[in-house]
Amino acid sequence: MIDPAQVKAEIETQLPGVTVQAEGSALIVEPKDLPAVAKQLKNSAAWRLDFLSNLCGVDYPPERLETVYQLYSMEKKHGPLTMKVRVPRNNPRQPSVVAIWRAAEFQERESYDLYGILYDGHPDLRRILMWEGFEGHPMRKDYVPEDQDSVETSGG
Amino acid sequence: MAVEEGLKSELAKQGIVVTTLEDLYNWGRRSSIWPMQFGLACCAIEMIATACARYDIARFGAELFRASPRQADLMIVAGTVTKKMAPQIVRLYNQMAEPKYVIAMGACAISGGPFHRGYNVLRGIDRYIPVDVHIPGCPPTPQALLDGLMKVQQKIDRQHLAGVAWYRQDASCEFPVPEYGPAGLVPTYNPDVWQPIPGGLRGSATQPPKAPAAA
Repeated sequence: MIDPAQVKAEIETQLPGVTVQAEGSALIVEPKDLPAVAKQLKNSAAWRLDFLSNLCGVDYPPERLETVYQLYSMEKKHGPLTMKVRVPRNNPRQPSVVAIWRAAEFQERESYDLYGILYDGHPDLRRILMWEGFEGHPMRKDYVPEDQDSVETSGG
Repeated sequence: MAVEEGLKSELAKQGIVVTTLEDLYNWGRRSSIWPMQFGLACCAIEMIATACARYDIARFGAELFRASPRQADLMIVAGTVTKKMAPQIVRLYNQMAEPKYVIAMGACAISGGPFHRGYNVLRGIDRYIPVDVHIPGCPPTPQALLDGLMKVQQKIDRQHLAGVAWYRQDASCEFPVPEYGPAGLVPTYNPDVWQPIPGGLRGSATQPPKAPAAA
């Protein structure tokens, strides 16, 4: 486990103007700073976090959605670093990290499909688990599943 | 029955076997059931175990799992049927040749099981296709699957050549394939095959169960 306080100290000296928070075991990054911070984490000699193990969405109604990143380093054999990006629930937009970690492509699609977080810069942001034409984002806590026992309501 | 049971067993003692064409026909059919080779979830692991040496489904003549619906007599719906998979299941069932039988294996295939209140799981394959045998369990043991197979065999044994649906001229073996809608499958069930219990024995999917009244 990488201590986020050390990462915070390095990032704030290397990237002037960027502030990040170390909260518990996680590094909290502002959406606008994400591309710069992600590049720094991947390329910095100290961390070399070249492997995105997992990316997932979390819903915290009523105010925010989160994307959680678990980062490891294959080169340094250390990790994980937990990084979180918080976006408001009424406008969930944040930059994509596909250009930095290619593994994010399908997982950002899944997070978009199930939580409705929009990843700017994703090469092909469409549903991955649910079908085209499905409405809503079913893992959000306020999603109401259809009543399968009635034929009338199913047509929408 | 043309020959009564007592006379049949008396004759059998003398080495004379008396039977009917129907019995012979059904014996042949039930002793050579070809299941379709597909699994949907963890129940498929138990189905594979049933086909392997320890439980040996070949003892019942049902060891030849076919990868094509055209060559299969029995569809074992082994596992969770997601809404995304359900249209394909119905289409495969339509492609099977008559006579055909369906086993709903496990809690998920029967009712959605632990995913009963989920957004993505069909609450029972019997909403779209007729099911002959339901095998409870999560997952059912190989013994339970063998028992279910024997139930199918008993059902075949009881069928009369003159009365079966698939020889009728007006018989239709096409079941409508549901389509993907904005919240789930359209329609949510085939009313010719399945109807919800009026008043709801199980209650509505979206409502949490009511707390029992204080005694």
